[in-house]
Amino acid sequence: MQKLTKEQQDYQNLVNLKKPKPPYIKNIFMAFLVGGLICVIGQGIMNFFVSRGFSIKEAGAPTSATMVFLGAFLTGLGIYDKIGKKAGAGSIIPITGFANSIVSPAMEFKREGYVFGVASKMFVVAGPVLVYGMTSAFIIGLIYYLFKL
Amino acid sequence: MDYVMAFIVGGAICAIGQVLMDATKLSPAHVLVLFVTLGAVLSGLGLYEPLVEIGKAGATIPLTGFGHTLVRGVIEDVDKRGFLGIFTGGLTSAAAGITAAVVFGYLMSLLFNPKSK
Amino acid sequence: MAAKKMGLQTVKFQNPPSILATASIVGPKEGQGPLKDYFDIILNDNMYQEKSWEKSERKMLKEAVEMAIKNSKVPYSNIEYFIAGDLLNQIISAGFAARELGLPFYGIYGACSTISEGMSLGAKIIDGGFADNLVVATSSHYCTAERQYRYPLELGNQRPPSAQWTVTGAGAVVISSKPKNPRITYATTGKVIDMGQTNSNDMGSAMAPAAVDVILQHFNDTKRTPDDYDLIITGDLASVGKDIAEELMKWKGFDVTNKYSDCGLMIFHPEQDVHSGGSGCACAAVVTCGYLYKEMINGKYNSVLLVATGALLSTTSIQQGETIPCIAHAVAIENL
Repeated sequence: MQKLTKEQQDYQNLVNLKKPKPPYIKNIFMAFLVGGLICVIGQGIMNFFVSRGFSIKEAGAPTSATMVFLGAFLTGLGIYDKIGKKAGAGSIIPITGFANSIVSPAMEFKREGYVFGVASKMFVVAGPVLVYGMTSAFIIGLIYYLFKL
Repeated sequence: MDYVMAFIVGGAICAIGQVLMDATKLSPAHVLVLFVTLGAVLSGLGLYEPLVEIGKAGATIPLTGFGHTLVRGVIEDVDKRGFLGIFTGGLTSAAAGITAAVVFGYLMSLLFNPKSK
Repeated sequence: MAAKKMGLQTVKFQNPPSILATASIVGPKEGQGPLKDYFDIILNDNMYQEKSWEKSERKMLKEAVEMAIKNSKVPYSNIEYFIAGDLLNQIISAGFAARELGLPFYGIYGACSTISEGMSLGAKIIDGGFADNLVVATSSHYCTAERQYRYPLELGNQRPPSAQWTVTGAGAVVISSKPKNPRITYATTGKVIDMGQTNSNDMGSAMAPAAVDVILQHFNDTKRTPDDYDLIITGDLASVGKDIAEELMKWKGFDVTNKYSDCGLMIFHPEQDVHSGGSGCACAAVVTCGYLYKEMINGKYNSVLLVATGALLSTTSIQQGETIPCIAHAVAIENL
């Protein structure tokens, strides 16, 4: 980033003064509420799988898959972005939001074709998540391995 | 009780994400990347598993839980298979979530179109 | 010195070219706004019976041009130039519309300032004696702009209160040497101003200094004052930028509070969930072609300074952390 001149700095101060602030308290409350509710739904699904004879640990995978399906489906129906407008991080952070970040660009870029449109744009947000998730897991695994020796 | 704890822990994680988005210039994509990495690091330090014990789905459904799943898989596989486990563990444990995301994502985008605004 | 030049950045037209006719087409959301009765066509649906939003945008542009020419009663073959631009990469809306229209074409890019940039150039071509009739047009579309500049429509993200809503619509103006009101009397060309803003979700703050710069230059060059105008109207500063622009002008000793307005604020009701207000090439264009032109014909306004504002950023420049360069062009439109 370039360094600001004195004039630009003065202007920045004016902008900071005039710029409307997001409604912090309301946003945090909504994020907490919706994020919490999504996790409660996840808990319900998990309990269902446990009642079907899965162990708690085994139930994680089918629960994630089901939640991903719900997030993807609600995105397709055009509902998820309406939830997101109110909930902010409350619907972005749960794994349903990860599904939303995959389906929304994939749908939108259908007209650019099924290879360079749908299939490549799917990973606009999800790609970085996978890259950083897997790389950090790799590094931690490597450290763990070295300490075990 | 599971439900109450899931609500509180899950809600709190999302609220932290909201604070980050509102108070800094981080985009939703940055926050997601940050959270998955954070989950992995906390998991590596042995701090995330206790959170899962308390919050159950409240700790596994947010994307920090995805980072945790990856790391847990890697560590289990290192124990089982040694060095190769570093490469195989993460994706093995997260396979269901990732496959579901890719396949359902693809199917949904074939079935639906974005709504005009 | 060139005979028609005044001061540093302004020209005074010798035979002020007239605005012979206009046309405006808007999307459904704009059609629910406060100016709905001024627009010629309100679409029921953003797709406009096309297969993509890009096609819909260029169809609006093409039809606005055809309608404006029809309204002007100038035979199609007598239209000598088509000057247009839009927001999409390589201005494809304008280029593709020009392919259908078959008129000699100048493609211009001024982001959301395109309408006043085009009118300024068009008036110079007419007053210079290079043509008798030409058409200036521009368009924007919420769905095409959003996917190019920001996020997919169905992504569940939150927009900050300073964000603006890209206007779906197209506006076209026929400029002619025929003596008829309203006329374009002055044009002041803006400089690119960059006050170091980097937030692409707060264009009003980025563009306000460019608008103020060109307005003050206009007064300086012409020796005019705000009293010479019934209305000074900026393009798409919206509520955040308009507030800042007023403050900046006050600092420089110009109080314009009672006669200053902004297209981005006028086109939507605050409760239409557009945050700070409207933006996009079509914002200033449809307000000019719909509201301003009709109210000048009715005599509500006799002297208007139109200052459309544009942010010359791209997604690449933002991702690389560059600040946002901005531009504004002023044209004075008067009933003589």
